[in-house]
Amino acid sequence: MSATTTAPKQDGFSIGRLLLEGRAFFALIAIIAVFSFLSPNYFTVSNFLIMSSQVAIYGILSVGMLLVILNGGIDLSVGSILALCGVCAGAMMQGVTLEWAGVILYPPVWAVVVLTIAIGAAVGALNGVLVAFFKVPPFVATLGVMYVARGVALLMTNGLTYNNLRGQEALGNTGFNWLGFNRLWGIPISVIVLAVVAVLAGLMLSRSAFGRWLYASGGNERAAELSGVPVRLVKITVYTISGALSAVAGLVLASQLTSAGPTAGTTYELTAIAAVVIGGAALTGGRGGVRGTMLGAFVIGFLSAGLVIIGVSSYWQTVFTGAVIVLAVLMNSIQYGRGGRKS
Amino acid sequence: MTRQTQGDPDAREVVLAARNVAKSYGNVHALKGVNFDIHRGQVTTLFGENGAGKSTLMKILSGVIQPTTGQIILDGQPVSFANANEARDRGISIIHQELSLAPNLSVRDNIFMGRELRGPMGVDFAEEERQVRRLMEELEEEIDPLTPVEELRLGQQQIVEIARALSVDSRILIMDEPTSALSASEVEVLFKVIRDLTARGVSIVYISHHLEEALTITDHAVVLRDGTMTAYAPRADIDLEWIVRNMVGENYDLGSPPDSARGQVALSIRNLSVPDQTGQDLVRNLSLDVKAGEIVCIYGLMGAGRTELLETCAGRLRASGGEIVLEGQEISHLPIGERIARGLALVPEDRQRDGLVQTMSVGQNLSLASIRNFTRGLFTSSRTERRLIDDSIRSVTVKTSGGGAPIGSLSGGNQQKVVIGKMLATNPKVIMLDEPSRGIDIGAKAEVFRLLAEGARRGLAVIYSTSEVSECLSIAHRIIVMHKGRISAEFDSTVSKEKIMAASGESVAA
Repeated sequence: MSATTTAPKQDGFSIGRLLLEGRAFFALIAIIAVFSFLSPNYFTVSNFLIMSSQVAIYGILSVGMLLVILNGGIDLSVGSILALCGVCAGAMMQGVTLEWAGVILYPPVWAVVVLTIAIGAAVGALNGVLVAFFKVPPFVATLGVMYVARGVALLMTNGLTYNNLRGQEALGNTGFNWLGFNRLWGIPISVIVLAVVAVLAGLMLSRSAFGRWLYASGGNERAAELSGVPVRLVKITVYTISGALSAVAGLVLASQLTSAGPTAGTTYELTAIAAVVIGGAALTGGRGGVRGTMLGAFVIGFLSAGLVIIGVSSYWQTVFTGAVIVLAVLMNSIQYGRGGRKS
Repeated sequence: MTRQTQGDPDAREVVLAARNVAKSYGNVHALKGVNFDIHRGQVTTLFGENGAGKSTLMKILSGVIQPTTGQIILDGQPVSFANANEARDRGISIIHQELSLAPNLSVRDNIFMGRELRGPMGVDFAEEERQVRRLMEELEEEIDPLTPVEELRLGQQQIVEIARALSVDSRILIMDEPTSALSASEVEVLFKVIRDLTARGVSIVYISHHLEEALTITDHAVVLRDGTMTAYAPRADIDLEWIVRNMVGENYDLGSPPDSARGQVALSIRNLSVPDQTGQDLVRNLSLDVKAGEIVCIYGLMGAGRTELLETCAGRLRASGGEIVLEGQEISHLPIGERIARGLALVPEDRQRDGLVQTMSVGQNLSLASIRNFTRGLFTSSRTERRLIDDSIRSVTVKTSGGGAPIGSLSGGNQQKVVIGKMLATNPKVIMLDEPSRGIDIGAKAEVFRLLAEGARRGLAVIYSTSEVSECLSIAHRIIVMHKGRISAEFDSTVSKEKIMAASGESVAA
């Protein structure tokens, strides 16, 4: 320890520094290596695809969470928005009864998808407005919305689950399970959705003006504001995107299960936060990236899947996941704490 | 550590002494070899402008930071304090300008915060209350120990801080600008308390910008300038002029007003008023015109309203009345970004809090305010951005290993140049700088002023604020003195330092 702290300039390329900065990547490699050694079934293409399609749900949520955390906020409502949007999609698939017109509308699947994402974005925008304009602390605002969204989802279904989401040929609304079950070039659609979301978010963060605004306002909101960054717009936008991505995750999950329940996605927000943190983002904002967050999501997903495969009890899985999160935060404070102390 | 009996005839005994005390942060020398004595039962005042090293010296004496070299001698013994608590245990207490009281707690709880008296039944509140009552009697203040601190006037809160210091048997009390927020009658009460304390053998280290006020109470004066002690003398040998001369220095060249061509009025502030949260005006009905190519300096004490004036022009604060006109167009309804795009830029006072994004690189900080200039369609062009960053680094002469270096790796002066470079990169027509020289060394100061003079030659209108008189008499064509939210005087560049200081209300009796 003393060697690294006394010579901060020289250790730029040292192994310790490399391990620290690439920790999520090395953790993922280690997880894959260990479980491949322990179980012959782990290191197979089909297992990786199955694990990846599970990771997709968390991965999509954690991209939205990353944007919010980069802004210096937190979004506790993603799991509930996921459930609410799943239920909304389910309700639309069952047919929307318009009593005054005496008809039941069966919107086509593309319309269901668009409307559901719009609902998610709207709930996210509500978070954003609460935080940006009414100065409600993000933790509290999204905590409230988390309860409300969950409650509305339960109210809509009376606590029950929509089971038949396959649609009917006659009504022209089949194909909902395409998202969760089909494959394109052998890759599950959900994984492709995750890849598209991640690439778009990565481009936005690294190449667009909005991305720069986001990093700046997360790093120092006052300085960003005085430099002409529309900090409120940035805030509302990140919460809106997070809400929309929760809806996408809700659609993928409902499609994978071909059912939509109001209790889906409980505690998913915590998993998403964990993925972002393991990926090296700072909860204080301004630091982090999509690549790290994706690695974080895969670390969590591959670890818990591996533990299942080698037959470890699910209670132990919880313990392991928790330990990984604490370790990740510890590493973050080592990495960022060193730079911070210099000033 | 044996306490002297009160009323010791030898009142000139030295209790605390600084010997060659120096402090550096990297390449920045905040304090360079300071020597002086603090005598028992006397008041020693530190004089100096902002950035002269007063607060660094104060922090060293109170154990908050440790000197790089040199010694602190307490009662004839060299000491080194690991932290402020250790210094307090040895009898040295500090009362900060920003009081460190918990407003929601009572006077009693504040005085015993962190060292509550324990009895058999938990905290012994009765005994605490008794001790506080006795302290208040000694200080001749009628403050009930059970009153919440937030219900007390500021002057009384200060008395509570003093009481807290006395309750731990402090023999040396350091007071940082204790009168800055007090009314005249409260100042009198405070001075009476100080005289009582010195009569009891307590030594006071006093820091103030109100020179005359400080002269009425002090026994010794220590004057600092740019981290060097320029003078140390007893009260009998000094007067106001002596202090100013030593504070400001005589051969202090920061350039002269550039012979730039004046153009049209670039920024016109008309009858501007800015309220604080309580509705009191911080800027009152102020009007000011600045022409292209002109450099205007705004001088004033802390709280004169300079920062509020500039931040309102930039769009951070909302005015309650008046107009801000940029090149003939009223802009007071526009958001900050739009004002920057139209050519009005602010370099804020506190560069750490308002100027820099610590998580971003030097280059990203430089380009932050002009992202629109290198965005094509949806995406930013990294080549255009790099050109902009390289140009900025060259034109404001930032000493850095490159645009990718972390912002924290730069010295204070270079960080300040990054903030200025960021705003200059937006191609402004008017640039406002709030205390641009705060916390940077003389060399960097001169470079910053050279940059501003160059800008003015190219037709830029420059407004900068300062609380250092010597900076008024450098590159400014015109000097505006602000006092309590109004313009109290306007001078050209041939005015004397004394006149400027008098107009700012610095010398209360004048």
